[in-house]
Amino acid sequence: MTTTWVKSDRQKEREKLLKARARRSVSAATISTVVVVVLVVVGLRASPGWPVVQEKFFNWDALVASLPDVLRGFLLNVTIFLIAEPVILLLGLGVALLRGLRSPVFFPLRALAALYTDIFRGIPVLLLIFLIGFGVPALRLQGAPNDPVVLGTIALILSYTSFVAEVFRSGIDSIHPSQRSAARSLGLSHGQTMRYVVVPQAVRRVVPPLLNDFASLQKDTALVATLGPLEALRQAQIYAYDKFNYTSYVAAALLFVALTVPMARFTDHLAARAARQRGGAT
Amino acid sequence: MTLLTIDGVWKRYGEHEVLKGVDLAVDTHEVVCLIGASGSGKSTLLRCVNLLETVDDGAITLDDVEITDVRADPDDVRKRIGIVFQAYNLFPHMSVLDNITLAPRKVHGVGRAQAEEQARELLTRFGLESKARDYPDRLSGGQQQRVAIIRAIATQPRLLLLDEVTSALDPTLVNEVLGVIRELKESGMTMILATHEMGFARDIADTVCFLADGVLLERGHPDQIFGAPKHPRTREFLSRT
Ligand SMILES: Nc1ncnc2c1ncn2[C@@H]1O[C@H](COP(=O)(O)OP(=O)(O)OP(=O)(O)O)[C@@H](O)[C@H]1O
Ligand SMILES: [Mg+2]
Repeated sequence: MTTTWVKSDRQKEREKLLKARARRSVSAATISTVVVVVLVVVGLRASPGWPVVQEKFFNWDALVASLPDVLRGFLLNVTIFLIAEPVILLLGLGVALLRGLRSPVFFPLRALAALYTDIFRGIPVLLLIFLIGFGVPALRLQGAPNDPVVLGTIALILSYTSFVAEVFRSGIDSIHPSQRSAARSLGLSHGQTMRYVVVPQAVRRVVPPLLNDFASLQKDTALVATLGPLEALRQAQIYAYDKFNYTSYVAAALLFVALTVPMARFTDHLAARAARQRGGAT
Repeated sequence: MTLLTIDGVWKRYGEHEVLKGVDLAVDTHEVVCLIGASGSGKSTLLRCVNLLETVDDGAITLDDVEITDVRADPDDVRKRIGIVFQAYNLFPHMSVLDNITLAPRKVHGVGRAQAEEQARELLTRFGLESKARDYPDRLSGGQQQRVAIIRAIATQPRLLLLDEVTSALDPTLVNEVLGVIRELKESGMTMILATHEMGFARDIADTVCFLADGVLLERGHPDQIFGAPKHPRTREFLSRT
């Protein structure tokens, strides 16, 4: 077979039309974006309170002045996040696997895991941070931590692990039983079946919802502020009370957004890639 | 020499009796074909032999050891019995090579290099050597099913169970899979296969068993079963296919 493909006139015409259509949709998107932005800016500036708001919230000098402190605080948020995230992933997967154990010997573990997720998913994160941050030191246990950062991180881990465990569990449940039969029929044990066949497929499926939970965890590191450590929100608060100017809050917000937006784009990218790999089907 | 005996096996799902005292003996190197209407219990019987289902009564013996003994280790039994399913059930997150080498490496303790060499030999033997690094979703149905068969025989089982391995396939792809089974027979593999391909059953089977409503109504040489069926229900079933 040595026939070579010469593009037919029909195909050339088709491609020309497609290009023209793409150009049209790009210009439509540009025009509508510009219109929306202009309307918002004009609307804001026309409102009677704008001069005050601009002075108190969008003050360039205050932004520059508060940013170093807020940024230093933000590094603590990032640290909390980076420590909590891998711990949550490991514990979450562990709890999900415990809940999947079938043997009656493991009944107590299974029940405990179910109880844990039920309870900790129900408690508001802020409340849990209070309970642990103030409750644990009050117990005056020998060797128990009383550093607010540590306690706050523990509270975040306990809360988020319960969500992540459920995400993993739904991922594991979504793997068709025939995959298990196939693995068991090859002689793999329950543990080997989970490790080599079920969990790897489940993890691939739950990456987007997991990243979503982590975007939420990034923000919630700010709740540790309530225990007193000087993270971004707390630093912003100090500046705001001191100078009677709220621009420092905007500075903190910008930092959080700067971290979550790339993560959200990355999630989209992964989801799109997964969809492409499956050929758009299933 | 008898490799497998099925002795008075009963299986029920709730009130529904799916197998009603099935007896069957399979010799080494023998190929047994199970035929029968949809729902007659062919798949269930194969799943019982592989201990994917527990029998409600009766016994199954492999190499003179009862595998349905409650104290027997199912994983140990499954190491010696391979099964291939109608829907292939390849692992989608693994390449063809990893699908085939998983059990030899993790269950039988074969080293990676050796396991891969054996897998490549099998792939070459069945005309799939160029697909070793591909993922299952890039293969045609016939290719996937051939990989599933290779995966099942890579652990060198004593017995291979094949459950309607061609019924999900295009007629044009059926022959390549049947060719693989034919070659396995020539190499002396003991097999039990449930099938709707009557022509193929007649051609390959040493013994054909007709199953109806969980009862093994008739068994015999393929020429006898297909040429001169004794039981009226066998006659009726064969006249419909
Ligand atoms: N897990 C199950 N729970 C309840 N009933 C089941 C289950 N598996 C099979 N059955 C029933 O057992 C009967 C026999 O099923 P089986 O799959 O063995 O039939 P089969 O002979 O393989 O049919 P086919 O030719 O359609 O594959 C059917 O009536 C089916 O509905
Ligand atoms: Mg069946």
